[in-house]
Amino acid sequence: MSELIPAWDWQNVVVAPWTTDLPIYGWIVLMGFFVCAACGLAGNYLILRRMALVGDAISHSVLPGLAIGFLVANAWTVGGSADDASAAGGSSHGFSYGLAVFIGSLVAGIVTTLLIEIIHKRTRIKQDAAIGITFSTLFALGVVLISVYADKVDLDADCVLHGEIAFVSIQPFLSFAGHEIAPAPVIRMGIVALLTLGLIVLFYKELLVSSFDPGLASSMGIHATFVHYALMCWLSVIVISAFEAVGAILVIAMLILPGATASLLTTRFPKVMGLSVLHAALSAVLGTHLAIWLNSSTAGCMVVAGTGLFGLAWVFSPSQGLLKQWLRRRKTSQESVREPESEHTGIEGA
Amino acid sequence: MPVTMKTVRVHLGGLLCLFLFASLSQVHAARIGEITEISVWEQALRFFSFRDPSLRFALTGAILLGFTCGMLGSFLLVRKLALVGDTISHAVLPGVAAGFLWNMEKDPVAIFVGATLAGLLGSFMVTRLTATTKLKEDTALGMVLAGFFGIGICLVTMIQRLPSGNKSGIDKFLFGQAASLGASDIQLMAVVTVLTIGLVWLFYKELLTVSFDAGFAHCVGMPVPWVHHGFMLLLAFSVVIALQAVGVVLVSAMLITPAATSYLLSDRLHRMVIIACILGMVSGALGAFFSFLGHQLPTGPFMVLSAAGLFVLAFLFAPRHGVIHRWWSQRARSGQVRRENTLKAVFHVLEREEFKREGVTFMELAESRRQTLEASEESCRELQRMGFATLPPGEKALYLTPEGMRRAQTIVRNHRLWELYLTDAANYPPDHVHDDAEEIEHILGEDIVRQLERQLNFASRDPHGKPIPSPEEIVSVHGAGSGGLPGGSTGYGKPS
Repeated sequence: MSELIPAWDWQNVVVAPWTTDLPIYGWIVLMGFFVCAACGLAGNYLILRRMALVGDAISHSVLPGLAIGFLVANAWTVGGSADDASAAGGSSHGFSYGLAVFIGSLVAGIVTTLLIEIIHKRTRIKQDAAIGITFSTLFALGVVLISVYADKVDLDADCVLHGEIAFVSIQPFLSFAGHEIAPAPVIRMGIVALLTLGLIVLFYKELLVSSFDPGLASSMGIHATFVHYALMCWLSVIVISAFEAVGAILVIAMLILPGATASLLTTRFPKVMGLSVLHAALSAVLGTHLAIWLNSSTAGCMVVAGTGLFGLAWVFSPSQGLLKQWLRRRKTSQESVREPESEHTGIEGA
Repeated sequence: MPVTMKTVRVHLGGLLCLFLFASLSQVHAARIGEITEISVWEQALRFFSFRDPSLRFALTGAILLGFTCGMLGSFLLVRKLALVGDTISHAVLPGVAAGFLWNMEKDPVAIFVGATLAGLLGSFMVTRLTATTKLKEDTALGMVLAGFFGIGICLVTMIQRLPSGNKSGIDKFLFGQAASLGASDIQLMAVVTVLTIGLVWLFYKELLTVSFDAGFAHCVGMPVPWVHHGFMLLLAFSVVIALQAVGVVLVSAMLITPAATSYLLSDRLHRMVIIACILGMVSGALGAFFSFLGHQLPTGPFMVLSAAGLFVLAFLFAPRHGVIHRWWSQRARSGQVRRENTLKAVFHVLEREEFKREGVTFMELAESRRQTLEASEESCRELQRMGFATLPPGEKALYLTPEGMRRAQTIVRNHRLWELYLTDAANYPPDHVHDDAEEIEHILGEDIVRQLERQLNFASRDPHGKPIPSPEEIVSVHGAGSGGLPGGSTGYGKPS
């Protein structure tokens, strides 16, 4: 076991990332934060709509979209350029790659949503089973495409699952007016996170009403089905922009963890939003430190950190935590001990 | 040899893409031209000769796991727990890693124990989370899935970093490689399969009752929590044995898809379980076959795609729940309703004229139904095609045949009986009953009409004072042609 968990090194694990190694770890933390925040904000609506596992489904089923996007982009740039592009690594494929992958994932998101609806509405199969069938099939298709065209698709199935966020800082920097600003994936993810926030602010009422009460939404003139599909599309955009850099697992986890943690702590929706962003930031920072210490997958460690925060909230939440529940039960049973003649209270305390 | 392998792969990929993405076919057309058919056949022959020991193991393993997953998946599906399989399959990953760490080698038993414990812990956490917080079940499932999988990924990365873990093949657990199954793996799978069959056989009644009505099961004294936890234990077993062949991510597909397919094919649980087992085995075998054709390809995705292909077939062509059958019967039903409504309108016109004449003009019909002349003419032609009416050429009127008259009387009788029933037995005001009767008249079967007659004392007038055509009347009109029907079977509702 000792060789598995390296010794704790304060200087190396806690101090260095913020001082000497800041140029490396700064970008990793920032990227992690952008991914977690964008996913967390969108995930809140998934949790509200009881579609938490649709997020899981979409993040699996964009894989064939991604693969087909790559194949199409390859077909466009027939010739030597394909090899150059894949040699250059993840994000520098140029515009046509970006566009093809983007469209591919968008289509995959819509197809997933449609297929789930069709199976669910046209047969007697329940929604959860429809979700399971759809995403696993599409994911299998994606894995097959990737392994058949392994030489053409610059993707690795393992990498897609737990992609390495640590490589983010060695990606080529995007320069603007002669200054190198930030690695391209970080910029992209930042834009997506900001857009997510912007869209939520802009359509706050529509999203909220259609999530809580579709009937009221349609009586207010909000097209609930359209909102549903728009949410799914945006979800696949978030998933795809996070995919290459951090892999699917961080996305799946971060769609649910921040929202679930926040909803344990408060019941007001705006506060839930704020807390889930805070959760995103904390798990990005803690996850990075954890990954440095354990020398493990950064994305995986961010999930572990997020899960840890959820565990803390579960136990210590001031309104509904396990500790609070236990204290409340103890108080009730003590009260019932004090007045033993009241049978009714005794039953309540038990 | 490498060259042929490559062409096989290209060929297979080209076929897949052709099949699935017609739009992309042009891109790959050039490569399909390069196929050397022989190599595919060679590979297929090698498959069916079963000479390769690793192939035999892979095939046996795939079939065994398809069987177990299909059986347990059926119960998951009817309990609406389909995604619990997904959660457990992700949750076992840290257990797999811990089992590996036990003595730093790929010991099937240690991994089996570790993974089973992790899976059980996962399912226990889901129960606790939903019981102690306000989180909904789907969120709890996703929570456990993500949390456990994250921990698992961390552990796997750390193990792979170790000098001894590098060649461990633990990464095979993510996507599965049936070719890497060994004799001890197969033995373990066989034990689990036999155990599952035995336990499901023994406790079938309990599982059935708990699946469909847990409250009732509790009332008759069944240990519901024990059945639930025992089932979860079996599920964890089956997920763990399936891991090596299909991988963590796709186990859930083997649990859900064959079961969902057989759910479309059968209405009885025992039949559904058997069909799901067969479908699971077939998809396992097909998956092993395809993955063998393409050599280095992972087995899991092909199994899942085979299962999905079977699902699509059932989705379209299932005898009762298939989309095509549903569409067809809906069409037939709406045609019947349309015809019956026309017949009823014809009857109303004739009744208004007190049956003094036999023909009804298109104009009268159009006025009565408040539709255009063309529409009423079209519906009259439909009646003629079905043999319910004759349209003498040049007369712009229709005459009901005896059969048509009988149908019209039957439907009017159904309508008026129901109206009377609603006013008399259900205390509806007479002006509220028409719309209800308009719907139900097409559905009432003979048994219900007999009951209505008895309950309404063979009444002859409906709440609006109109006469209800009596059975004798219906028979006599019909009997004018064919000499009467055998007693009682005057026929109501659906035509044969």
